Parts: sequence; C-alpha cells; structure tokens
Amino acid sequence: MNRRTWRRLMSNTMVGLMVAAVVVAVLPLLLILGSLVLRGASSLSLSFFTSTPAPVGDPGGGVLHAIVGTLTIVGLAALVGIPVGIAAGFYCTEYRGTRLATVTRFVADVLNGTPSIVVGVFAWTWVVATQKHFSALAGSVALAVLMIPMVMRTTEELLNLVPTSLREAALALGYPRWRTSLVVVLRTALPGIVTGSLLAVARIAGETAPLLFTALGSEYLTFDVTRPMAALPLVVYKYATGPYPEWHRLAWTASLVLILVVLVLSIAARLATRQRFSRGN
Amino acid sequence: MTTPLLATDKLSAMYGKFTAVKNVSLTFAPNRVHALIGPSGCGKSTFLRTLNRMHENTPGAWIVGRVLLEGADVYAPEVSPMRLRRRVGMVFQKPTPFPTMSIFDNVAAGLRLDRGRSRTEVAEIVERSLRRAALWDEVKDRLGASALGLSGGQQQRLCIARSIAPEPEVILLDEPTASLDPLGTQRIEELVFELKRDYTIIIVTHNMQQAARVSDTTTFFYLGTMVEHGPTRQLFTTPREEQTEAYITGRFG
Repeated sequence: MNRRTWRRLMSNTMVGLMVAAVVVAVLPLLLILGSLVLRGASSLSLSFFTSTPAPVGDPGGGVLHAIVGTLTIVGLAALVGIPVGIAAGFYCTEYRGTRLATVTRFVADVLNGTPSIVVGVFAWTWVVATQKHFSALAGSVALAVLMIPMVMRTTEELLNLVPTSLREAALALGYPRWRTSLVVVLRTALPGIVTGSLLAVARIAGETAPLLFTALGSEYLTFDVTRPMAALPLVVYKYATGPYPEWHRLAWTASLVLILVVLVLSIAARLATRQRFSRGN
Repeated sequence: MTTPLLATDKLSAMYGKFTAVKNVSLTFAPNRVHALIGPSGCGKSTFLRTLNRMHENTPGAWIVGRVLLEGADVYAPEVSPMRLRRRVGMVFQKPTPFPTMSIFDNVAAGLRLDRGRSRTEVAEIVERSLRRAALWDEVKDRLGASALGLSGGQQQRLCIARSIAPEPEVILLDEPTASLDPLGTQRIEELVFELKRDYTIIIVTHNMQQAARVSDTTTFFYLGTMVEHGPTRQLFTTPREEQTEAYITGRFG
C-alpha cells in the first residue's frame, strides 16, 4: 500500500470515528424528543394549555396551573439568580486576584457540584420551616441558589474571553474604569452571557427534586407565591408515578410542554439579543 | 527649536522590582513625528505607555521621575489620568475596534464622554476624523455596519480616527503597522505624515526604515536606557554612539 492510499484510509477512518461519536452523542437526545412527541403529542390540545386538571376518570383536563407555576417559580428565581450571578461573575473578573474573588469562585464551584436535592433541603429549612408552610417562594429560593453559581461561572468565563487590548483601547480614550467595564467589556460579552443565563434557566426549569419539599405542587391555578404551587416537573413526577394509565399519558404530554416552554424561552432570548447596529446617526 | 510640548524628566518605569526604563530625559517638540526604536524588550513601549499613564494599569507597575505636558507634571496628584488620556491619545499594535459598535459609534466613542454635544456636532466630528484618517471614502456608505467587517488596515485607520476625534494634542502610536500588510503599512505612514500638521506624534516601531521614512527625530533605546536622541537624518547617517550604529546597520537587535 503506498503512502497516499494509507493516508486517505487513515483519514477516512478517523472521520468515521468522529461521526460515530457525534451519533452516540445526539442519538439519546433524538430518541427522547422522538418518544416525547410520539407519546405526548396525541394528548396535546388547546385545552391542555388552558385548563386545570380534571378529576380522575373524566376526560380532558390540562396543566395550565403547572405552566403558570413553572413560569412564576422559574421567573422569580431568574429575577434574583441572573443579576446576582452576573454581578458576582463580574466582580470575580474585575478583581481577579483578590481573596474574596478566589473564595467566591471556589464556593461557586462547590455549589455547582452540589446535588439539587441538597439545595432543596436548604430551602426547606430556610424558608418552609421558618414560615411553617410550603410556598412557591421557597421553590424560587431553591432554584435561585442553583442558578447563581451557574450564571456566575459562565459570566466569568465569557468576560475573561474579552481581550485585554479592548479594555486598554477604551482606557486610552479616557474612559473611566467603570465605564470601560460596562460599555466595552460587559457589552462585548453580553450575547454569550445571555445564552449562558438562558441555559441556566432551561436547566432549573426542569429541576424536580428541589421543588418537592418547597413549592410542593398544587391542583389549582394560583398566582399566590406564598402558597404551594404546581410546576411542570412536579406534574410529570406525580402523573408518571401515579396508578392510572391516563395519568401516564398526561405525564408524557406535560414533559413535551416543559420542553416546548424551554425552547420558546431560548428562541425568544436569542432573538432579543441578536447583534444590531445603529444606522449611524 | 520650538518649545517642547511633552517632556520627560529623569523618568524610570518599573514592573515590581524590574526596571524597564531607566532615567530617561527627553523632549518632544510640537507638530513633529518622533520615532522610538530599539530591539524587543528595550523599554520603548513601556516608555510610551508612561506618557499617557497607561503604564500604571499593569499590576505592580510604577514610575519615578516626571512627565511634563506643557510644563505640568501629568503624575501630579490632582491630574486625572482619564483627562490626560483625552489630551494624549493612543493607538495600539493590533487594531482594536469595539466589536459591539458600528463604524460610526467607534469613532464617536471618545466623544460620548462629554455631555451636551448635539447629534449633528458628533456626526460632523466623526466625518472629519474619518476624512483625516483617510478612511471616509471607504466607509461613508456603511457607517452603521460592524467595524469588524473592515480589513486590518482599515481597522487601524478607524482606531486612528477614533483617537483623533476628541482632538488630543499628542498621539502615541505603539507599533501601529506591526500587524499590517505592506499596502496597509504604507497608508498608515502617509497618514502619519499628514497628521503631524495638527498633532504631535510619537511612534514606536521595530522597523527602522519606517522610522527613517516618517519621523523628524528618532530616539534609540537599548536595555531600558536612552542611548541616543537626535534628528532622524543625523541619527541614521552619522550616529554618535557605537551601539546606535551597530543597531541601525543590523549588527544586532
């Protein structure tokens, strides 16, 4: 075999291996999506989005209460988690060498690796136990605690990617440091930070464990964050572990809805942060 | 000889315990191009960065001595480095357009620091600066487009336009053509020649031909000390110092 054939053979083999790896990586995702659509789409109807659960045995019923619940709980968590996470990440890049930054980074890494149920227990002792009742707010606290280190570390990594030369260029124009950091550094990294925050939202939207003993779940549509509230992962958990075949069907559909909610959120945020340029003047 | 606009007086620049620039006293006359040459690591860029106090942004960096702009020490406690940098602009080795801003906004970036300038005024200054930087004709139809769409040479001229928009008195150029192709380099050199009518220019360069082409005076640095300073023609034809001659004839460096 000459060199040329050997080289081509080798190249094709390696490309083949990489394609195989990609398939292995993507296949589970496709299978999950496929079976969700297959089993969930049949029960998907308008009333599934607009009504609350029907009594067992009655047909129909929906998960409006859980959609509202998830949006409320996750929304509140994001409202706290994203700004705090971004600010903390910002601090850790701007004041890189300080002891506080080093400690914060270490703590965030530990927190990132903490099982979410542990965070749920923390929220239980902190909010539920002191208030003596379950509430959506407690769920939001748990989710916010999960979000902060995720957002913080992504922010930090993205800010570090902004070249020092850009910072220097702004300083050389006479920009004060705070303005350099905000107008040049943060703005350059912003699209990435938004994507990172969104991934964090998507991840916590699917969290079940920390909600089990905080938001608890509910059968009714409510906007009162001081009371127990339903959430899509809780509905999926309840229906999937219940005894009725009809519930199992609803669990599939609710899972599909959960994925759709996350998808819609992602697309919306992408559109909102698309790079735009002013007309000039 | 005209009175110096900018001068250094026994200036040393340090990074922690390392002294990068040793005891340099120099004067820069207005409306001239001054070149700083010397081998890598000779301290010429550090020296340049002390002139607009960019040096102090490096952790551990400090100076001894004085830098005088129109006779006033720029390191005096009441001087704000932000104000100083608006009088002493700077362009770097790599073009640094702000990636989130349009071409227009890049040039206007320095102007946004003052309040109370009308939109028409800003637009006028942007156009004037782009014309002076010999970039206007190339970008006038796409001022709202991203600055990243420009070529390297255009980006560098954009950075020059950005630095002259706030009307500084001195422009520091830190190897402005090191990352450009010959054509881009030539255009920057022509531009430098044009700009000296309105500004005082100090240019750090690795390229001795460039120094010989564009500058009126040249300073040769070696190992952090100023070896020789004089009119460019004289320094390149009849250098006083042995080391200068060795460097410009290519025997080392």
